[in-house]
Amino acid sequence: MANTNLFHIRTEEAPHLAAPISTTGIIGWMRQNLFSSIGNTVLTIIGILLAYWLIAPLIQFALIDAVWTGQNREACLPQVGGHSGACWAYVEAYFPQFIYGRYPSEEVWRVNIVYALFLMLLVPLAIPSVPFKRLNAVLFLIVFPIIAYYLLTGLVIGDWVILPIVETAVWGGLLVTLVIAVTGIVASLPLGIALALGRRSKMPIIRTISIVFIEFWRGVPLITVLFMSSVMLPLFLPEGVTFDKLLRVLIGVTLFSAAYMAEVVRGGLQAIPKGQYEGAMALGLRFWPMMYLIVLPQALKLVIPGIVNTFIGLFKDTTLVLIVGMFDLLGQIQSSFTDPTWSTPSQGHTGYLFAAIVFWCFCFGMSRYSIFMENKLHTGHKR
Amino acid sequence: MSKKILPLVLGAAMGVAATTAAGATTLEDVKAKGFIQCGVSQGLPGFSNPDAQGNWTGLDVDLCRAMAAAVFGDASAVKFTPLSAKERFTALQSGEVDVLSRNTTWTMSRDTQLGLNFAGVNYYDGQGFMVRKDLGVTSALELSGASVCTNTGTTTELNVADYFRANNMPYEIVAFEKADEVVAAYDAGRCDVYTTDASGLYAQRLKLTNPGDHMVLSEIISKEPLGPVVRQGDDEWFNVAKWTLNAMLNAEELGVTSENVDEMKASDNPSVKRLLGAEGSFGEAIGLSNDWAYNIVKNVGNYEESFNANVGPDTPLGISRGVNALWNAGGFMYAPPVR
Repeated sequence: MANTNLFHIRTEEAPHLAAPISTTGIIGWMRQNLFSSIGNTVLTIIGILLAYWLIAPLIQFALIDAVWTGQNREACLPQVGGHSGACWAYVEAYFPQFIYGRYPSEEVWRVNIVYALFLMLLVPLAIPSVPFKRLNAVLFLIVFPIIAYYLLTGLVIGDWVILPIVETAVWGGLLVTLVIAVTGIVASLPLGIALALGRRSKMPIIRTISIVFIEFWRGVPLITVLFMSSVMLPLFLPEGVTFDKLLRVLIGVTLFSAAYMAEVVRGGLQAIPKGQYEGAMALGLRFWPMMYLIVLPQALKLVIPGIVNTFIGLFKDTTLVLIVGMFDLLGQIQSSFTDPTWSTPSQGHTGYLFAAIVFWCFCFGMSRYSIFMENKLHTGHKR
Repeated sequence: MSKKILPLVLGAAMGVAATTAAGATTLEDVKAKGFIQCGVSQGLPGFSNPDAQGNWTGLDVDLCRAMAAAVFGDASAVKFTPLSAKERFTALQSGEVDVLSRNTTWTMSRDTQLGLNFAGVNYYDGQGFMVRKDLGVTSALELSGASVCTNTGTTTELNVADYFRANNMPYEIVAFEKADEVVAAYDAGRCDVYTTDASGLYAQRLKLTNPGDHMVLSEIISKEPLGPVVRQGDDEWFNVAKWTLNAMLNAEELGVTSENVDEMKASDNPSVKRLLGAEGSFGEAIGLSNDWAYNIVKNVGNYEESFNANVGPDTPLGISRGVNALWNAGGFMYAPPVR
């Protein structure tokens, strides 16, 4: 009997106590992450205040005070004593122009087909699990540009007008932004790789040409390139000989970004250990198979962030074409500010906000996709 | 710096242009291609700006449409090239555009050194002042000690300096790079006065919170005659540009409008008959058809119609005729007679 008093054997589990309220749930998370010390508490409060000061007026402007419908500037004029909000009615009225520029409205279906084809070919190409990559790439890189070219510019065989000619002078808005950005991106990558290989080549002429090309294009600002192509070039050509302004811009932008791309790719090439080259040569591979099978796949994988960085920079640089009288998305928006029908105090803010949203969507999309590709391809290098 | 280089570069270009321009005249070229290529601004409210449908409208645009009407009888036979201020003269010189109708100020250096000809003045502009009504100022001479908002590095700034110094008035310049910033600063009360070209003042006033609280003072402190420009050395085309503008002004003076032009064709007034081609062969003399002016008025309208539709009192801009009224109504607009 006494034994039972001497030993205490627990026959059932001790009751589970809830964790202290200060360490769990949202309070615990906040204590741990936001208010763990006096310094952090101060920073948190400053952060919240900053966010409030920045975001509250933005929401007030863009959503609460905004005008959503209207026929002209009367709708968006500030109310007496009140603040003027975003004039989305103006963006609505101008929306077709922001997307297509001054492309003739009866021909806009052609642009829509190009947009649709572009998405239909790009999306499966970008998703790794979709089959037929090779066919898809051929369609996207070779067939699509040809179709898009004829759809956008028009097709006339002899006297037979299949698609009426639409001059590039009336293109504008997102159409021009995308044409320049996509052409620049697609054309500058192979050109950049070729230049990077050329710069590391042991053949003196090829190496010299590559170095001169890269250093020349990196040495001049893009705005100078555009300006030279639009202002100086016509002076050197015989009178009456003009060649398309958009084409001049496309060539300028492509060569310019190819030089940057070349240096990014060269960085990747230099990071590949010598052993990889020697191993490839020991297997009896010639130069191109060695590059194609061994070196480039590793090098390009390494520099994905740099490549996408160049792409994003290029996408945003397209706004510079305004200087040569072409209307990209931003240019089209700025040009709409001059329409007295919609001239209000909030017109400028609304237009720029719209431009910012569109540009952010594209650039953020590219950036996320690049992270996705990096994670997918990280085999051995990721720490 | 660039001001000194530009004439040199253009001069060098002229050598090229002169050797290659020996071919057809501009009028023949235009007739052959079937449309006029017209250089306009990238957007100046009321003068040349695209509307929500993407069509170009404005006083400068109407002049190009009128030229198209004169040459082809069709005001839509014109294509527009938006040009930046830097590009505009090169574009005209290189033949990229046939006529430059882009609120370009007629100055001696441009007229004589760049190989250009100004075909007349379709709007007399000049630098003006805008103030708040509650300031109680009625004349620019009362602006002593005022702070003045303007764009940096433009002649606007220099004109202000000259004007205030000539009148012995202290002032303070508040300058910004872009027009939008200047307007925002003025609207926020950073300065008492906003100065730029008068036509610009009317356009920018629309962007103020309460446009009705502001007024444009009557003083104009600089001369900015704006007009269409063509290449020098092609008198036939120069005549077409010059007389298109004159026809619009004469039509207004004679009371010919796009509505009554058909009835006016049967008018007994010999001036109207000559203008509309019922008498004489004035159109053929400049390489056009005799009903050239009829086509202009019928398709585009006279100067008054164009003015009222684009910048006049009933438009958002609300500019009154002022010095741009006809000579017999107190303005400067005076066209030589058709005879």
